[in-house]
Amino acid sequence: MNSVHPTMIGRDRQPRRPRPSVLMLLFLIPVVAVACASANPIIMGSKKFTESYVLGEIARRTLIDAGIPAEHRQGMGGTIILWQALRGGQVDAYPEYTGTIAQEILKIDHELSLDEIRNALGKFGVGMTEPLGFNNTYALVMRRGEAQRLGVRTISDLRKYPELRVGLTHEFLDRQDGWRPLRERYALPQQNVVGIDHALGYSALANGSIDVKDAYSTDAKIGQNDLVALEDDLQFFPKYEAVFLFRSAMRADAIAALRRLEGTLDEKRMIRLNAEAERTKNYTRAANLYFQGSIGSKNAVGESFPHKLARWTLRHLQLAGFSLLLSVVFGIPLGIVASRGGALGHGILGFAGVMQTIPSLALLALLVPLPFFGISARTAIAALFLYGLLPIVRNTASGLQDIPRSLRESAVALGLSPVVRLCEIYLPMASRSILSGIKTSAVINIGTATLAALIGAGGLGEPILSGLNLNDHVTILQGAIPAAVLALLVQWLFDLLDRVLIPKGLRI
Amino acid sequence: MSALVKLVDVSKRYADAPALHPTNLSIERGKITVLIGPSGCGKSTLLRLIIGLIEPDSGSIKFDGESITPDNIDVLRRRIGYVIQEGGLFPHLTSRANVLLMARRVGKSQEEMQRRLLELCKLTRFSDQLLPRYPVELSGGQRQRVSLMRALMLSPELLLLDEPLGALDPLVRASLQKDLKEIFARLRQTVLFVTHDLAEAIYFGDEIVLMNEGRVVQKGSVTDLREKPADPFVSEFINAQRGVGLT
Repeated sequence: MNSVHPTMIGRDRQPRRPRPSVLMLLFLIPVVAVACASANPIIMGSKKFTESYVLGEIARRTLIDAGIPAEHRQGMGGTIILWQALRGGQVDAYPEYTGTIAQEILKIDHELSLDEIRNALGKFGVGMTEPLGFNNTYALVMRRGEAQRLGVRTISDLRKYPELRVGLTHEFLDRQDGWRPLRERYALPQQNVVGIDHALGYSALANGSIDVKDAYSTDAKIGQNDLVALEDDLQFFPKYEAVFLFRSAMRADAIAALRRLEGTLDEKRMIRLNAEAERTKNYTRAANLYFQGSIGSKNAVGESFPHKLARWTLRHLQLAGFSLLLSVVFGIPLGIVASRGGALGHGILGFAGVMQTIPSLALLALLVPLPFFGISARTAIAALFLYGLLPIVRNTASGLQDIPRSLRESAVALGLSPVVRLCEIYLPMASRSILSGIKTSAVINIGTATLAALIGAGGLGEPILSGLNLNDHVTILQGAIPAAVLALLVQWLFDLLDRVLIPKGLRI
Repeated sequence: MSALVKLVDVSKRYADAPALHPTNLSIERGKITVLIGPSGCGKSTLLRLIIGLIEPDSGSIKFDGESITPDNIDVLRRRIGYVIQEGGLFPHLTSRANVLLMARRVGKSQEEMQRRLLELCKLTRFSDQLLPRYPVELSGGQRQRVSLMRALMLSPELLLLDEPLGALDPLVRASLQKDLKEIFARLRQTVLFVTHDLAEAIYFGDEIVLMNEGRVVQKGSVTDLREKPADPFVSEFINAQRGVGLT
């Protein structure tokens, strides 16, 4: 199996049919350029929360140490996006939890054994490692001092204290395995229950506004805030054993490398790694902690900030630039057609308008399940391209429509051919409007491209996203400030371009 | 002397109303024909039909014996110059580029274009120092001179002028009227001139065509119109304009 050619393994597994259309080729240029940027390594995915990031990093490092090229696409969104990406071959493996697999992927409401889960996944061409060694399930937590004072050790003990105030995340309030069935099972009497954000909940717990909240059992904050997790004495919460899911077609040595991680991470260790990640804001360093005592390879140490910033910015510009190029290449001709009005013109403007009203997150989510797109830079580029269309189409159309009839007729009466009229008279006269449309589109793209990180396409959204997950403003600003500066630079660059591209006679 | 342009039963209707009833008209070579009439009488429509900006609903228009069709219109347009009230100069092109626009397209040599350009500057009394200027940098009168140069660049057989002096102030207008008359005389140019000003019509017109409500009411010299009016409207129009002229 080791002899499998590496190019068979990457992301582009669909056979490519030759496409005759020149426009289609143009469309493919940026896509191919981005796809060729790296040579088919194993792609690890992770969900957008600290523990998943850390597990993804550990897996990447394990693969690299085994001599297998590997990349980690951090924080690609939720379960369904990653599951689709795994089945579509855009990622080769990612960390998952048995409870989530049963409920959200297989949609089975009772607990399954590991073998049952493995058999069910096999039908999708997906394999599963043995548990890594820790169970990250839900837990109810209290201040340690308060719990000791009241003598509360298990969830059943809560029955004795109906006056305790409970603050729960909105997700936990709604989940199948959340608050409502929990309260029924344990016959909990508490009436004072509020929904509160997870991070804020810890502050509320610390300052005494609430007494009980929900948490993940490996959450580093439990130790940091001197909290205690109450024992689930009636075994209400399903098991959330951490495992890696991988494509069964993944190269065998990579599967073997991942399996070496089985049973090596207990809860205490995972809590420590999570704490390290949140403390240092550096997942790679936290992952390295796992390897301490084993081989201390230097190449996996976190890259320097200027290097990271350069990488994010370059990728950001690639995403925004290619998509803008596409918007211009398609937007101007569409604008020309739209300027003639009629059903087709209205149709084009309507389509571009509707594209812009779809929330960007929703547009990304809609594109991900499509075969050509999936979790990749091309999805981000396609979404940004659709967003960038409207300003260019609309401004091209209105710029052309604003040309006075007398001037249009003068061009006709001179005997100029339609092509010459368009290229030498109408488009230059509309150039100010067209350029301002392109400028709007460029600035929108720079801003919206930060969302590309949600589907693992990178860019300046990467630090913003990890900062949001870590509740760390400095990390957020590391992405937000450069993105804002880029937007200003682009604006300034276009103001400069105006002077070059708008004919002098229109600027006096 | 034969007609350069001949309209036979030409009519045009816009969505709501007829703009031109079936009309017959000949434009004689080497003469200045003035179309005059109140606003909306169909005189501009007639001009726009000849240059092919609109197509007639019925009838035929012959230019130099050849019927104007969508196939030959672009070739014929190079033999026709067209000047409108607003000048129709393209704001993103310099005066020179505006004048040379079509000459470049038909492959004239640089020397030929330069020679013709200077000739036209002299003819229209436009300083060649102003050629690099953009239309916004010129006065209204200067703009009309550039517009006239553009129309004359390819030495057209027919010059169509749609109220070319209508937007100018009286002094500029008077001096341009004088220059235009000289130019037409020197070139022995066939001209179709649209105006609503009787004094201007009399000043230029070898032949005056009076129109009203989409019809030609009378065609002839100013003496004909004054002494043998074909219709009470003719006298009414002439007297009204004379009244204004006297005050």
